[in-house]
Amino acid sequence: MAAGVIGGTTLSPVPWKLTDDISIWTQNWPWTPVPKEGRDSYKTSVCDLCPGGCGIQVRRVADRAVKIDGLPDHPMNQGKLCPLGLSGLQFLYGPARVKSPMKRTGKRGEGKWQRISWDDAIKDITAALKKLRDQKMPQRLAWVAGSDRGTLPQLIQRFMDAYGSPNFLRPPSAHDAYEMAVSLMQGQQGTAGFDIEGADHILSFGAGLFEGWGAPARMLNVYGNMHGSKHIVQIDPRLSDTAAKADQWIPITPGTEGALALGMAHVIVKESLYKQSFVNQATFGFKDWTDENGKIHTGFKTLVIKDYSPEIVGQVTGVDPKTIATLARRFSLAKKPIAVIGRGAGRLPGTLDECMAVHALNALVGNLNQAGGVQIMTEPNYAKWPEVKYDPIASAGLQKPRVDGAGTSAYPHARYCLHRLPAAIHKAKGESPVQALFVTHANPMYTLPDTAATKAAFDRIPLVVSFSSYMDETAAYSDYILPNHTFLERYEDVPPPAGTTQSIVGLCQPVVRPVYDTRHVGDAVISIAKSMGGFVENAFPWKDYNSYLKAALKENWKQLTDKGYAKITDFEPKASPGQFNTESGKFEFYGSITGADEGADKSVLPGFSGLQPEGKPEQYPLILIAYDSMRIAGGAVGNPPFMTKTVDADVLKDEIMFVEINPKSARKLGFFDGDRVLLTTPKGQAEVRLRFYEGIKPGVMAMPQGFGHTAFSKYLAGKGVNFNSLIAPSDDPKSGLNAAWGIRANISRA
Amino acid sequence: MDTNDQQHPVSNDASPETGDASAKRKNGSGWIILLFFVIGFVGSMLSGWIVFPDLLYSEKEQPIDFNHQLHMGVVYEGCQSCHYFQKDGSFSGIPDLYACSSCHQFVQGTDPEEEKFVNDYVLPNKEVPWLVHSRQPDNVFFSHAAHVKGADMECATCHGDIGRSTHTRVYQENRITGYSRDIWGYNIARLGEPKHGLRMKMNDCADCHEQQTGHKGYCFQCHK
Repeated sequence: MAAGVIGGTTLSPVPWKLTDDISIWTQNWPWTPVPKEGRDSYKTSVCDLCPGGCGIQVRRVADRAVKIDGLPDHPMNQGKLCPLGLSGLQFLYGPARVKSPMKRTGKRGEGKWQRISWDDAIKDITAALKKLRDQKMPQRLAWVAGSDRGTLPQLIQRFMDAYGSPNFLRPPSAHDAYEMAVSLMQGQQGTAGFDIEGADHILSFGAGLFEGWGAPARMLNVYGNMHGSKHIVQIDPRLSDTAAKADQWIPITPGTEGALALGMAHVIVKESLYKQSFVNQATFGFKDWTDENGKIHTGFKTLVIKDYSPEIVGQVTGVDPKTIATLARRFSLAKKPIAVIGRGAGRLPGTLDECMAVHALNALVGNLNQAGGVQIMTEPNYAKWPEVKYDPIASAGLQKPRVDGAGTSAYPHARYCLHRLPAAIHKAKGESPVQALFVTHANPMYTLPDTAATKAAFDRIPLVVSFSSYMDETAAYSDYILPNHTFLERYEDVPPPAGTTQSIVGLCQPVVRPVYDTRHVGDAVISIAKSMGGFVENAFPWKDYNSYLKAALKENWKQLTDKGYAKITDFEPKASPGQFNTESGKFEFYGSITGADEGADKSVLPGFSGLQPEGKPEQYPLILIAYDSMRIAGGAVGNPPFMTKTVDADVLKDEIMFVEINPKSARKLGFFDGDRVLLTTPKGQAEVRLRFYEGIKPGVMAMPQGFGHTAFSKYLAGKGVNFNSLIAPSDDPKSGLNAAWGIRANISRA
Repeated sequence: MDTNDQQHPVSNDASPETGDASAKRKNGSGWIILLFFVIGFVGSMLSGWIVFPDLLYSEKEQPIDFNHQLHMGVVYEGCQSCHYFQKDGSFSGIPDLYACSSCHQFVQGTDPEEEKFVNDYVLPNKEVPWLVHSRQPDNVFFSHAAHVKGADMECATCHGDIGRSTHTRVYQENRITGYSRDIWGYNIARLGEPKHGLRMKMNDCADCHEQQTGHKGYCFQCHK
């Protein structure tokens, strides 16, 4: 009978149907994560994961964000988005989030935390701030904000003013030196906008145009739309992605880009290829000139003719003198030439000299404030509020010199020198000059050069408060975390990034309700101010950050909430060509307001000082530089898992990172492709693997920026090496800004 | 030849006798075994073909007895009035409470079902737990746009002439999977098409695609 049952059952639908049903049943086990169903909707916002300010539209199902795409009609990115922006949801729902205010219970960095309420957190922090003020030392509060533009940084600055501390800092960027060059040569405070769209010949001194420079999605559009209409020359020590996409790649010794620009200027001047109408009528300091005292000063023309012939420059830069001459001729004879500088995406610093040299090239071809040229975007000034009233403590505190030395007699033009903060804290005798450090939208423990020194400096600061949404390195090494909403949960204005010519402001809007017990930094600042009482409280007559923001954006509010951006004419380049705000009213090759050593003409003209990376060549025969990639977030924000997945196995394999080296250099030292080596620099060492790359100059090694995190989540921590932990900051003597783009290094058997 | 070889014929002679005896016994009980086999076979066939399908499905009523025909009479754009394509091309599916509430904020007519809908769902702002006959597992990607807009198909081709129905029909829920009996089809052998449109198992999709396009389609077209 059993056989009959078996036979009968086999020929009946029972086993077949049950097999099918059971397999479907296994797909619907209750613990299998299934997204909630609900109504579809889209919200318009702006991505703030980098300064690019791209418009985004976020698809939601019920109250859950499920997809981020580029906003089709946004002027910055026109519907396109970079991999980081596309992975944005992993910042919202990912495991790196700080879910509520936290107070440290173990040792710093040990990872032991206690959840506390917002009221308690604000009470504790207010008490510490009150104590500093009672001691009449408000200047000992320092605040590191991600940016100094937009209403939130202005709110923080306002808090610092009312509290009485001049020590508002922000992380350095490659654009700082260019801003300073513009301010010296054109007398305008603002960022340089490069009209790449309108140019037909782009001479890029190392700028990673298609690797995250400026607004990455904008640049991808430029590449996608150019169809051979632009000639791109990439000057870069390595065959970067940008160099590979360019029409011409000029390998150069790292750090000598400024010399090459001056060498090109030599050819342009010598062969009279410059735009005569502009240079003769609207510039100052091109030719030698005599001051009121009858003293003859060297002009730009004499300088480049005498000191920067292609032969001399060729030796310094490693570029063939004939190539230099050809580059110069092609650049100056193009219809719409533009010269751009930057290292990779723009986080690595440059010197004032090289920025002035490149800006001088732009002046020689007369593209300033022209379509297809360099346009100066003045500082955004759309938010105006009543003046802050100071009490005597605040006035006294604000008189004190800044702890980073910016704006002091040594570096009168530098506005922020965050890279000097750790050293300033180390050098101080007795108590640290910073007793409380607040950090918003920044991650100095990861991004500042010389991680060990930064850590040691933090150890001398009794109170470190992080406002980060994520458990980044700085948050992990703080005493309190007051987590901010992510950009998908809050309102905030986003000014356009340096490098673009768009005079627009974007608006981050809450796409979903806050997922965790977080609070807007602006609200936290206002709460702290209110509980401080007195003059500090009076400086903040707003109920919360949103009412403050609405008051700031006034008539633009409606357009901002509808479209995600608004055009604000404040930014637009006002000076008509040839009209500058300098003392002479002209473009100044010879920066007459530098105020530096009056006698030495070379200190005010663009030059090449040959700053060498740290380390002795005998001990460290190689030079280590960093590169950026569209697939690796290299700044304060950690790479999301989606992006790490896209990284090639010859960049990161398992937990070990590859460092690019030219086979010639490696073989000379006795190494082979794929070797595990110990990479040593004067500042640290790390185990890496070698990747033979013909596309890098011999004697140079390159590593990606963005790995070597120690915090965030298990999906990011412990992978690869942080470039910043291997380098040290170094001052550009002319500007006071950081100039360390690399360091000397050596490799040995691991 | 050794002794072993000589012994073999002896034992060979003996075996046919014993073999015949057991065969006779087997023939006697063989009928009984066959009978039981047939009982087991027929019994399990009958229960598998007739009883099992009824046991497999439970019967459920929709939370509200919805009258499609009545609604078709008062809307202007046919099916599209409530089941429309969204701005991004995705299909809205079954309207949510928000959509229904735009007309049914308050009870409008005399139908007790409408009253039930307003009181039980609209006023407490609770989504109606409709039992969806065509619901597919989450690992199936189906684009209405490709079929309705791309291939110009009518809603009724797959969903039947539901627009003219005056009552909801019984939802037969598979006790194991939770999906509607419509997916497999009402005939357990999957013969013929149900009254209410087309069967919706993967092979049904593939068959139609093969007829219409000449190819069954690729895995990733539906399983992303």
